[in-house]
Amino acid sequence: MSSFMKLVQAEARLFVRDTTALVVGLLLPAVILLGLGAVPMLREPSPEMGGIRFIDYFAPSMIVMSVGVVGLTNLPTVMAGYRERGVLRRMRTTPVHPAKLLSAQLVVNVGAALVSSLLVIVAGRIAYGVPLPESPLWFALAFVLGITAVFALGMLVAATAATSRAASGIASVLFMSTMFFGGVYLPRFMLPDAVARIGDFVPPGVQTLLDSWNGETPAALPLLVMAATALAAGTASARIFKWE
Amino acid sequence: MAIIEVKDLVKHYGEQRAADGVSFTVDEGEIFGILGPNGAGKTTTVECVAGLRDRDAGTVSVMGLDPARDAKELKQILGVQLQESRLPDKMRVGEALDLYRSFYPNPADPDRLIESLGLGAKRRTPFGKLSGGQQQRLSIALALIGNPRIAVLDELTTGLDPQARRDTWDLIEQVRDTGVTIILVTHFMDEAERLCDRLAVIDSGKVVAVDSPAGLTARVSAEQRVRFRPSAEFADALLLDLPEVAGVERNGPQVVVSGSGNLLQAVASVLARNHIVAADLRVEQVSLDDAFVALTGKSIEN
Repeated sequence: MSSFMKLVQAEARLFVRDTTALVVGLLLPAVILLGLGAVPMLREPSPEMGGIRFIDYFAPSMIVMSVGVVGLTNLPTVMAGYRERGVLRRMRTTPVHPAKLLSAQLVVNVGAALVSSLLVIVAGRIAYGVPLPESPLWFALAFVLGITAVFALGMLVAATAATSRAASGIASVLFMSTMFFGGVYLPRFMLPDAVARIGDFVPPGVQTLLDSWNGETPAALPLLVMAATALAAGTASARIFKWE
Repeated sequence: MAIIEVKDLVKHYGEQRAADGVSFTVDEGEIFGILGPNGAGKTTTVECVAGLRDRDAGTVSVMGLDPARDAKELKQILGVQLQESRLPDKMRVGEALDLYRSFYPNPADPDRLIESLGLGAKRRTPFGKLSGGQQQRLSIALALIGNPRIAVLDELTTGLDPQARRDTWDLIEQVRDTGVTIILVTHFMDEAERLCDRLAVIDSGKVVAVDSPAGLTARVSAEQRVRFRPSAEFADALLLDLPEVAGVERNGPQVVVSGSGNLLQAVASVLARNHIVAADLRVEQVSLDDAFVALTGKSIEN
C-alpha cells in the first residue's frame, strides 16, 4: 500500500476512535433532523415557508451543520494538534512531506462530511418523506462549492494555529457564524432579511442548497462567492501553512 | 572514515547566532556526542545536519550528500528522534511502525524492531497509554524503521526515570553494534561519559573541544586526589617521598594526597607497609563535569 493510502487509513482509524468526532461529526445532524421531525407541527405545510413543511425547509441547514462540524471544527483542531504535538515535525524527518498527512486529513474529513450529509438526506427521506434533492446536478455543484469553501476556511485556521486549543477557539467563532447564518440556530424565516441575505453568501451557502433541493436553479452570485472563497482561502492557507 | 563533515556551520535566528562556525567530523560506526547547556545551539546544529533547517553559511556533507540540496535522499538514510515529538494518543504502537515503514524504500522489519526495543507486548497499546520510557523507545523505533545508516537522537533520556535511562543507554549501544552511526545530543554528563566514543562540547554556538570523554578530562588536568582517615599518625614525608605524590594536606583527621599516575596503588602500599589502615578511602578524579566547567567557564546546569 502506498504511503498516502496508509496515511488515509491511519487518519480514518483515528477519526473513528474519536468518539466526539464520530458522534457530533457523523451522527448529530441526522439525529437532530429526526428529533425535530418527531414534532407533528413541523411536518405540516406552513404558509410562512411558502407552503412547504418546516422539516423540508430545515434539512439543508443540517447539511450546513454536517459540513461545518468536520470542516471548521475537526480538521483545524486535529491539524493544529499535530503541529502542537510535533507530529508534523517528526514527519519532516522522513522522506514523506507532512503535506501528505494534511491531504489524508482532508480526504477523511471530506469523506465524513459526505457520509454525514448523506445520513441527513436518507434519514429525512425514510423517516419523514423529505424529498431527495430535485435538481441533483445543481445540488451537487452547490454542495461541492460549499464544502470546498468551508474546508478552505478550516485550512486557513489550521495553517498557523500553534495549539489545538487556539485552533478550536478561532474555529468555533467561524463555526458559530456559519451555523447562525446557515439557519441552524434559528430557522432563516425568523432571521431579519438582511441577516438572511448575508447568509446566502456565508459558506457553504444554505440558500443555494435549499433552492437546488427544491428543484430551482440556484442564484449564480452565491455560487461564485463560494468558489472565490475556496480559491482565496485555499491559496492563502497553502502559502502560509506552517509545517512544524 | 568520516561519514559526516561539518565545516564552519553558521545559522542565525534574527540577531541571535544559534550556530556560529561549528565544525566537526563524525566517523562511521561511532557514537558521537554533542554536549552543551540548553540553548547552546546543539539542536540547531543537528537540524542543519539532518536537512530540517537551512544553514546560513558553511558546508555540511553527510555520506556525500548536502542536506540543503539533497534533503530527500538524506532522509532515506538518516533517522531522527526529535525532542518532544509525540504521536496521536490513539495511534497504536504497531500501527505507527506500519505507517512510518511505508515512508521508506527499504524499511526494517517492524516485528524484529518491536521485539528488540522491548515493545513486543505493547503492539496494540495506544501511544497515550505508554509510559514515558516506552514512548521514547517507540520514538527510537520510528527513527530506525527506515534502516538508516545514521541515527540522530536528541535529548532522548530527558524526563525518564533512572532505570528507563539505563535501559535506553543499553539500547543505543545495541543499535551501534548493528553498524548504525549515532549522533547523540545531550546535556547529561553521565550519559555522554557512558555512551560516547567522542564528543563535541558546544557553548554559545561554538565548538569548544572535540575529543573522547577521557581525552577531555585529561586535557583539563591529570591530577587525582586520594582522601582517607589514617588509623595512626605518620609523617607527611612518608608519602611525599613517592614519585606519584605531589602534595599532602591535612584536613582535621583527614589526609588529602594529590598526585598523578598510579597514585592510589602507591599510597595504599606505603600505608600497608607501615601498618596504617586507611578508613573512608576515596579517590577523586577530574570528571567530565569539571572538564566542562574548565572548557566553558560555566556549569552545564545553567
